Order: sequence, then structure tokens, then C-alpha cells
Amino acid sequence: MAAVQETVDRVRSIDVEAYKYGFVSPIESDVAPKGLNEDIIRFISARKEEPEWLLAWRLDAFRRWLTMDAPKWARVEYPPIDFQDIHYFSAPKTTPGPKSLDDVDPELLRTYAKLGIPLVEQEILAGVERPRVAVDAVFDSVSVATTFKAELAKVGVIFCSFSEAVRNHPDLVRRYLGTVVPATDNFYATLNSAVFSDGSFVYVPPGVRCPMELSTYFRINEKNTGQFERTLIVADKGSYVSYLEGCTAPKRDENQLHAAVVELVALEDAEIKYSTVQNWYPGDAEGRGGIYNFVTKRGDCRGARSKISWTQVETGSAITWKYPSCILRGEASRGEFYSIAISNGRQQVDSGTKMIHLGRNTRSRIISKGIAAGKSQNTYRGQVSAHRLATGARNFTNCDSLLIGHQCGAHTVPYIEAKNASAVIEHEATTSKVSEEQLFYCLQRGLSAEEATALIVNGFVRDVLQQLPMEFAVEAQKLIAISLEGSVG
Amino acid sequence: MMKTAGPMLEIKKLNVSIHGAPILEELNLTVRAGEVAAIMGPNGSGKSTLAYVIAGKPDYDIVSGEIRFDGENLLELEPSERAQMGAFLAFQYPVEIPGVATMTFLKAALNAQRRSRGEADLTTPDFMRRVREASQTLKIDQEMLRRPLNVGFSGGEKKRLEILQMELLRPRLCVLDETDSGLDIDALKVVSDGVNALRDPDRAFLVITHYQRLLEHIRPDVVHVMAKGRIVASGGPELALELERNGYRHYAEAAA
Repeated sequence: MAAVQETVDRVRSIDVEAYKYGFVSPIESDVAPKGLNEDIIRFISARKEEPEWLLAWRLDAFRRWLTMDAPKWARVEYPPIDFQDIHYFSAPKTTPGPKSLDDVDPELLRTYAKLGIPLVEQEILAGVERPRVAVDAVFDSVSVATTFKAELAKVGVIFCSFSEAVRNHPDLVRRYLGTVVPATDNFYATLNSAVFSDGSFVYVPPGVRCPMELSTYFRINEKNTGQFERTLIVADKGSYVSYLEGCTAPKRDENQLHAAVVELVALEDAEIKYSTVQNWYPGDAEGRGGIYNFVTKRGDCRGARSKISWTQVETGSAITWKYPSCILRGEASRGEFYSIAISNGRQQVDSGTKMIHLGRNTRSRIISKGIAAGKSQNTYRGQVSAHRLATGARNFTNCDSLLIGHQCGAHTVPYIEAKNASAVIEHEATTSKVSEEQLFYCLQRGLSAEEATALIVNGFVRDVLQQLPMEFAVEAQKLIAISLEGSVG
Repeated sequence: MMKTAGPMLEIKKLNVSIHGAPILEELNLTVRAGEVAAIMGPNGSGKSTLAYVIAGKPDYDIVSGEIRFDGENLLELEPSERAQMGAFLAFQYPVEIPGVATMTFLKAALNAQRRSRGEADLTTPDFMRRVREASQTLKIDQEMLRRPLNVGFSGGEKKRLEILQMELLRPRLCVLDETDSGLDIDALKVVSDGVNALRDPDRAFLVITHYQRLLEHIRPDVVHVMAKGRIVASGGPELALELERNGYRHYAEAAA
């Protein structure tokens, strides 16, 4: 049993302490006092110089939120959150807002450099073969800099911070905000609606194929700070955009709340590809600290033949509660969800998707790969429903779970609902362990237990990795190796 | 015999059991560099266990005894360390790894072994050239190497891939566990040619088989007969022919 036992031991001694992104940047920041009340919301709104309608929208959400309870149905456990013990706003002190990268606090740029983010345009341009990526970086609550803005503007693509969009494109924001995830949607989404600080906004005009990948990096830096970003992406008729999102946070002893909302709108014949590599701090080996990632992500395939594709690689967070979903409203619209969720240590993941088929001949595809190691719990929860008018709806779901060691758990909770007889819904699920035979075969060829596990896991998630944009796939592969490092040494 | 140096592999008084049941009992075996040693014996005589124990498969209890490879006590080494030292096992049942392209696996294995020797990783063109050369002799289609490791491979493809790995990794001690099983006569010829091409004064082979058939293609220097977990007779190639005529019964009874 030597080799496998060793693997198991290493899983036990999981080294989440080795979290590579766990540094704190010494940046002066401008923080709102702890606690949540209407004054705080007014403070946030005033700081962002928001119009009256948005403040009213926030306050409505807040009043609604007061009447709501946190959801209890997910397979995750955590002590009650004291919402009065959180800072709802923290901005790096570099007011007024940076005009260009030159105005950004150099310490902040160094932080991003440490994160390996290609924030500085010159760096990106210097890389000969590197595909160009426009980046919006969100540091705690404020969007710091958006690269490549001018070039995007040439083709009419708007890519800016949410606050900027509120100032410069209020009509667009007002037309789409809250139309996919209503302010009343659920406890955390409603909280976000009340206190959201910043995030990214994208609008791709009709017929435009966005000339580069758009990317946002989120980082929580300030202690006791909740991060409530709000992202809104609108792809107008016949347009295409691919959007990447990356997340990190420093190591903290206490848990930090991250409750984001992402809304996607795809009009007729438009396509949105949304990819996430989530690597929030997962907490230490005993489950202290780490990010609570309670996120509502939803896309609305509003127009006929539109398509929304979610791809996610989830390796971080103490608790993940996240179900990127598609509302397939437009006729013959398509939704896709590709997910890799890796949990280790004492991480808890309850994640999946919803495919709501409303329109005729709508199609959806779900490929989910869950990998549980250490003492983690990894749940796939997915809903597929075909409504009365969604004739010819078609879904294929495949969720596979892989267990490493024997103290972790993998669970699959599908909800399937068909209200018309022509819908075809397929669900496949498997659970397997990294087999001793596979490990031994690799070891016999000279691979270490760690290399062998990473190789087998990479094989397991290959279908999904292939869905990621090239640049992210490489990053994701590294991330998978890093997050399993603890599990096998 | 090619070289008169000390034995490459030396097994002394090896006792191995699984779940308390003895499989190998007081087994002694010596294999010299340059030698091709065949191990023949009936089902259940412990041949495959011997192969696995040399490679370090974790399911067995080593009760007592020793296995030395170039004088080093193999039993103290991890399976990957044994492999890095140059001990190779061609599996009777090669394992499938879904999603991992065969080429990716070959490269990972080769580079892991190179790194253990302090050598740099092979560049992709160098690696590709080596694979192409080796796969030509073994009549392996490049398309097969793009498929996931052993997934959906025929018996013959799996066995040829084992020999391809042997060719690429160039181990010093090659243990072939029933490499002939599941092979038709043409595939047997290809595999045997591959093995023969690797015969070298610095390399030893331990060829485990039921049948004389394989030994017509891979001519052994020594034949050991195994029964009830120990070596009960040793001799030249003629011993294999005798077994073919008279079967194992006589030896099985002698060991009882």
C-alpha cells in the first residue's frame, strides 16, 4: 500500500498554507466604517457619484434584503455571518480615479505583477506570441485600470468599470441592470444589489466580433472587506465576445465574504463566452480563514439563436456557492456549462448550473468535473428544466467526480423537470477514484506520486480544459497542479 | 556469458504474502548483466507476483528476504526510484488512463527519468524524433500515440506500446510479464524483434511466460522453472522444450 498510503498521507497534510497568492499589499485605502445600513449605502452611492435612480434601486434592494434569509439548501456548513462586522467599501487611496496606468499607485501595479497579470500594455505588446487581452482590474471595491480601451473603442466595444459605465453610459446600464438577476433574486444577489461597489461593464455593438479577449482580475486585499462586484455584459445582435475572469485574495485568519453578481445578455445571434479561473484563498488546513464565495451568475439568451457558454475552473475559496446559469429564452438558443471544481483541505463546494429552457428548440450542454481531495466536500447541483412551450428542447449533462483519498466526499444532485413531451434530457454521472493501478503504472515509469496524480487529474478534466481560451488553459493547468500540490506532497 | 561482473539482480530467500497467504517462499534468483532469463511455470506459481514485487507494487507483504539491483536493496526504494534506477516492468495488463494522450504520457515518463539523472528535459523535436524512430521498428502508428493511454487499444497495441516505452526509457533490467499473452503470431514477431534489438551486454531481461512459443523468438540464456512460489529447476534453453513436451506437473509435484 506504500505509494497510495503516501498519497493519502500527503492529502491529509494538505499544504493550503502554501497558497501562492497570499501576500498583502501595503496600500493605503479608503474604507467605509463597518456595518450595513441605509447611510452606508448612501455613502457608497455618493462616493461613486451615482444618479438618483441607482441609489433608489440600491435602497429598494436593501429594504428587500432585510426581509430575506440566507439560503440553507446547499450542502455547505459555516457559522452565521455577522453582516454588521464587514466593511462594505474599500478603495485604494488614489483619488481621483486614474486616467491612465501612470496614475495608478505603483504598489498596486507591483501587486498585479506578482499576480502575473498582464496589466501594463507595454508588457503585453512586448510578448510576441501572447494573445492580446484587455484587462480591467478590480482591487477590493474599485476598478483600477482598463487596458486597451482606445483600441476597443475603435470598433465600438465598451469595456470599462461599472462605475464608469454608470457615468458615461447610463442608458445602457439602466436598460439592462437587474434584468437577468433581479434585485430581489436571492439573499446574496439582493445584498449585492444594495452594496455593490464596482465591477466590469461590457457592451458589444451589433455585428461586432470583439477583437480581443476581455479580462477582469479581482483581488480582495483589505481586511474584513466584503467584495461585491457587479458585472454586466451585453452582446448586441450578431456580436461575439469572450470574457475571462480571474480571482485571488491574500491569506487572512478570518473569513471574507465575496458576493458577486454577473449578468449576461445575448441578443439575437449573439454569443458570449465567459470563463472564470477562481483561485480565492481556500483557508488553512484546519479550515480557518478563506473566502466565502457566494456568487450569482446568470446569462439570458434573450434573442433567437443566441449562445452563452460558461467555463469555470474553481480551485479556491473556503466555501463555494455558485451556479452559473442560462435562461434559454430565444428560439434555438444554446447554453453551455463546462466546469472543473477542485476541492482540497476542508474546502466545501456546492456548485453547478441551471439550464432553463423556455424557447423552442433550445439546446444545452453541461460537462462538470468535480475533484475532491483531503477532507473536502464537493457537490454538483444542477437544474435542467424544459418549460411547456420549449418544444424540441434538448439537454445533455455529464458530471463526473474523482476522489483522491478516502476522507473526501463527492455528491451529485440533479434536478430535472420536463413540462412538454418533446423535450429530451440526458443525464450521465460517474464517480471514480484515482486507482492504485493507474498510480502504480505511472510510478513504474519513473513519475513521482505528485506528477502521476496531476497527470491523471489533467486527463480527467481534459474535455473542459479544451473549452478554455488557450492562454487560460495553460494557467488553469498550472493552477490544477498547484491546488493538488497539497494533496500529494 | 558476456560479462563476468557481479549479478545485476539478486534475490535471496524472498518470502512474500498477500492477505496472510504466502505466494513466494524462500525464492532465490540471480540474473546477470547481458543475460536473458526466462521464468516459466504454471498458473498461480507466483510468476507475476515476482514481477510486481521487483517493481514495488504496494499490495504485497514482504515477509523476509532481499532483492538487490546493482547491489542496492530495492525493497527500500519507492517504485518510482526503482524505475529511475533502470528497473522496468512490461505489464501483463497495461493500465488505461483516460484523457491523457499516449504521447503526453511518454514524454512525462521520459523527462521524469531524465530529471532524476540530472539531465535536462528533451526538447519536443528531439522527443518526437525518438518516438518516431522507435515506433517504426515496432510498427506503431503515430495516430495511436495521440489516443489516450491504452484506452480502446487492442491487446497487441497495448503490448507493443509497452515495448515502445522500454525502447524509449532504455532500462537496464527489463521484466516482461507474459508479454506474449493475447498476441497473434505476427504481433508476437514484432514484439520479439523489439526485445531482441534491445539485447545488450549491459542489460538483462527477465522474461515471464507460460509457453515455449515466445522463447522461440526471444532465445533465453537461462530457463528457470517456478512452482509453488519458488524456483524448482534451472537450465539452458532445452529446459523450455522439455517443459513443452512434458508439462509442469512433474515440477509442481516436486515443489509440493
